[in-house]
Amino acid sequence: MVDVLNRRQMLAAGAMGAAIAVLPHPASAQTQDVDALARELMGKVTPKEGKVRLKIKEVPESGVNEPIGVSVDSPMLPNDYVAAIHVLAEGNPYPVIASWYLTPRSGRAEVNFRLRLAKSQVVRAYAVTSDGQVWVARQEVKVTIGGCGG
Amino acid sequence: MPNSDRVKVRIPAKAKKGEIIEIKTQVSHDMETGQRKDASGKPIPRRIITKFTCAWNGEPVISADWHQGVSANPFSSFFAVASASGKIKLTWWDETGEIYEYTHDIVVE
Repeated sequence: MVDVLNRRQMLAAGAMGAAIAVLPHPASAQTQDVDALARELMGKVTPKEGKVRLKIKEVPESGVNEPIGVSVDSPMLPNDYVAAIHVLAEGNPYPVIASWYLTPRSGRAEVNFRLRLAKSQVVRAYAVTSDGQVWVARQEVKVTIGGCGG
Repeated sequence: MPNSDRVKVRIPAKAKKGEIIEIKTQVSHDMETGQRKDASGKPIPRRIITKFTCAWNGEPVISADWHQGVSANPFSSFFAVASASGKIKLTWWDETGEIYEYTHDIVVE
């Protein structure tokens, strides 16, 4: 009995060890990748937190067709408006989802659409203002049914 | 070009000058990611809409670059300042070269 228990414990410990050993470090590698994509879109900028409101469910029913809304505090005047809104999903096969380009004729700095989420991850929304400032909002979403097919 | 039968919109017919109106649109399209396989295991080729634009009497209101993370049958809603009576033109570019268009007549008073 004692032997069996020990063996189980050892197996369990071994399995855990193996699991830890094969766990890659996707968080750091992937985040870097996403940061590189963000730089391609917006140049080498340091985004500030704030101004951007990101509406997306923390626990969506599935990742196939998830509503997302991004709005930004802006008067949308010819000399002060939001010129771009970029949405990136850190854990998707291709993290850039959509880039929206607004004008003062947009009237309101808000877009709503639907996106696919491959797995649980962090979604980022960036806003680039007409004077070149970059603002960001982040939201963690827990996805149980991924939406990238396959 | 006639209005594409793939496109559904919800846009007011009339607006006051200077009013901010909401434009809601949906286009029927698979937005095939290229990541999926068919029943026999063969990859289904990617085919998505990569670009969307909205113009009011020829002046750009908003545009977008879309990637494979945009859901099938893409829905969008956004806003526009009612400037003058005329035409709101929506255009979607499929990466195969196909273009879907929709023109909405609006009266601004």
